[in-house]
Amino acid sequence: MSVEQTVKMPAAPRFARLRTFLDGDLVYGFLRTPSAVISAIVLLVIALTAIAAPLLSPQDPYDLTQLYLDKAELPPIWTAEGQAPYLLGTDVQGRDIFSAILYGSRISLMIGFASVIVSVMIGIVVGLTSGYVGGRIDNLLMRIGDLVLSIPTLLVAILVSAIFRELLPVSMRDAFTPVILTTSIAITSWVQYARIVRASTMVEARKEYVLAARILRLPPLRIMLTHILPNVMTAVLVTATLNLGLAILAEATLSFLGVGMPVTQPSLGTLIRIGNQYFFSGSWWVVLFPALQLSLIILAVNLLGDWLRDALNPKLR
Amino acid sequence: MSDILLSVRDLKVHFPIRGGLLGRPAGWVKAVDGVDLDIRRGESVALVGESGCGKSTLGAAVLGMITPSAGSITFEGKPIVHGLAATRRSLSRDVQIVFQDPVSALNPKLTIGESIAEPLHIQHVGSAAERKERVAELLKMVGLHPQHADRKPNAFSGGQRQRIVIARALALNPKLLILDEPVSALDVSIRSQILNLLLELQQRLGLSYLFISHDLSVVRHFADKVAVMYLGHLVETGPTTTVFANPVHPYTEALLSAVPLPDPVLQRQRRRIVLKGDLPSPANPPKGCKFVTRCPLAESICHETQPPLMSVGAERLAACHIRAPAT
Repeated sequence: MSVEQTVKMPAAPRFARLRTFLDGDLVYGFLRTPSAVISAIVLLVIALTAIAAPLLSPQDPYDLTQLYLDKAELPPIWTAEGQAPYLLGTDVQGRDIFSAILYGSRISLMIGFASVIVSVMIGIVVGLTSGYVGGRIDNLLMRIGDLVLSIPTLLVAILVSAIFRELLPVSMRDAFTPVILTTSIAITSWVQYARIVRASTMVEARKEYVLAARILRLPPLRIMLTHILPNVMTAVLVTATLNLGLAILAEATLSFLGVGMPVTQPSLGTLIRIGNQYFFSGSWWVVLFPALQLSLIILAVNLLGDWLRDALNPKLR
Repeated sequence: MSDILLSVRDLKVHFPIRGGLLGRPAGWVKAVDGVDLDIRRGESVALVGESGCGKSTLGAAVLGMITPSAGSITFEGKPIVHGLAATRRSLSRDVQIVFQDPVSALNPKLTIGESIAEPLHIQHVGSAAERKERVAELLKMVGLHPQHADRKPNAFSGGQRQRIVIARALALNPKLLILDEPVSALDVSIRSQILNLLLELQQRLGLSYLFISHDLSVVRHFADKVAVMYLGHLVETGPTTTVFANPVHPYTEALLSAVPLPDPVLQRQRRRIVLKGDLPSPANPPKGCKFVTRCPLAESICHETQPPLMSVGAERLAACHIRAPAT
C-alpha cells in the first residue's frame, strides 16, 4: 500500500460521526421496519404532547379553581351530552380527561425514564465492580441482588414508598412522591442490569485488549470506564428500552393501588384508579382513555425495544 | 556482561490448586519450574514447546503480570521486584507484548489512534499534538496510512490489526517485545509480511524479542536462539541454526520432525518421530526426567533423577541422561 495515496477526508469533521451514524446499518434497518418507525412516531408525539401539556390542554388539572363541579361527569364531546372544550369528557370532580391524560403521561413518562436511568446507573456500578474485581466483593454484591430479586418487585416498591412516606412530613409528601416512586422502582430493578453488566464485563475482561491495558498499568477504574463500559453498553441499552415499559407499568400499578401519585397530581395509573370507581355507574370514558394511552405507550416502547434488540444483536444480522 | 538485556535465573512460577481442606491448596501446578534464560540486546530468542508447557506463563512473569514463586528476573542489571510500583511503571515502558489474536487485542470502541496513543497518555508523554504526531509516525513505521488513525478496528483486516497492535506496543520505545504467538492467528499469506515487519523493526530500533511459539518453521525463519520447553523446564537451548540442524534432546528431535518440509520428495522420505501419549498433567508430573513418559530412549536412570542442562557444543545446552550425560 502506498503511503502517498490521497484519501478524501470528510468535509466537515464535526459532523463526521453523525454522518456515519446516519449512513449506518442501524438507521437503514430502522427506516425499513414499519413497526419501529410507527412506534417511534407514536412515542415522539406522546412525549411532545406531554411536555407541551400546559400549552395544549384546555384546563390545568392541578389547579382546583379551574375545576367546576357542574361540569362533572360529562361524556366525550361527540356524544349527545358532550360539551366543549371537554374533548374526552370529565370525571366526577369536573376534571377534563384530555388535559389529565396529557399531564398524567408527563408524570408517567418522567418517572419511567428517571427510574430506568437510576437503576441503569446502579446496575452499571455494581455490575462493573462485581465482574472486574470478582472474588468476595462479587459474591457479596450478587447475593444482595439475589435477595432483592427474591422479594416480589411490587412488595418492595410498596414497602419502600410506605417507609419514605412515613419518614416525610405530611406537607412534603405530595411534592416528593415522584422521587419516592422513582427510587422504589429503581431499587427493585437494578439487579437485572447489574447481572447483564457483570456477565459482559467478565467476558470483556478476559480479552487481550484489557490485558494490554493492564500491562500498561492503567488504573482499574480507567480500564473499567474507558475499555469495558463502552463494550457492555449495547446489552444495557436494549434491556433499558425494554424495561422502560415495565417501569412505566410499575408506576401505574403503584398509583392504581393507591401508593403512588395522589389524586391531586394524577398520573395515568391514578386516573385509571379514579375511573375504575365510576366505571359501573356508566362513566366509561374516565377509565377508558387513560388506559388506552397507557397501553399505547407500553406497546410502542416494547415494539421499539424489540426492534432495537434484534438490530443490535450481531447473531441476527 | 553489559549487553545482556534480560536475565532470568532459576525462575519458578507455581500456581496453587484450589479445593484443598480448609482453604489449603490441594497441590501445585509447576507452570515454570527452574528456568534460566538470557536475552541480549537486539537478539531474538524463541521459546518453543507445546500448549501448557509454561511458555506464556514465563512471558507473563517477565512482563510483571505474575509474581514468581522463586528465582529472579533482572532487566538491564536491575532486579525486577514484583509488585513495586516504580519498577512496574518503568517495566511497562521497557517491556511490551504483542498478542496472538489481533481481533481481541484492540478495543473495538476506540479508534486505532486512541488505542495507540493510550500508552503515551498513561505515561504522560508529550502534549496532545505531540502524541498525535507520534501516532502518525508509529502508523507509518508499521506500514499503515497515518490518516486512518480515526478509524475503528473493524475497518481493518487481521494483518493490519496486528500491525496496529505492534504500533501500540512500540509507542513507548520498549527495549524488549514479548511476541506471544504473533502470527498463529493470521492467514498464512500474511504471516511472512508480519514477520518481516518485525525483523525490519528489530534492525531499525535495536529491539530484543522473546518469541513465544509452537510453530517451528516460523522460529527457524525468525529467531537467533531457541529454547525448547517441556513441562515447565528447558530441555534444550542454543543457536537456532545448530539446534535445527542437529537436535540433541529427543523432544526437540520429535518437534522438528513434525515440521513439514517444503520439498514433497524429502518430506515422504523423512522419518517422522511420533511421540506416544499426551503431555502429562503439570499438576502431577513424572518423577525424574519430565519427558520420561514419552521418551523413546528412556532408561532406568531417567525415572530416577532429573537430568541437568549440560553443555553440548558452542552455546548449546541440553538436559538428557542419554544424549548429554553428566561426566
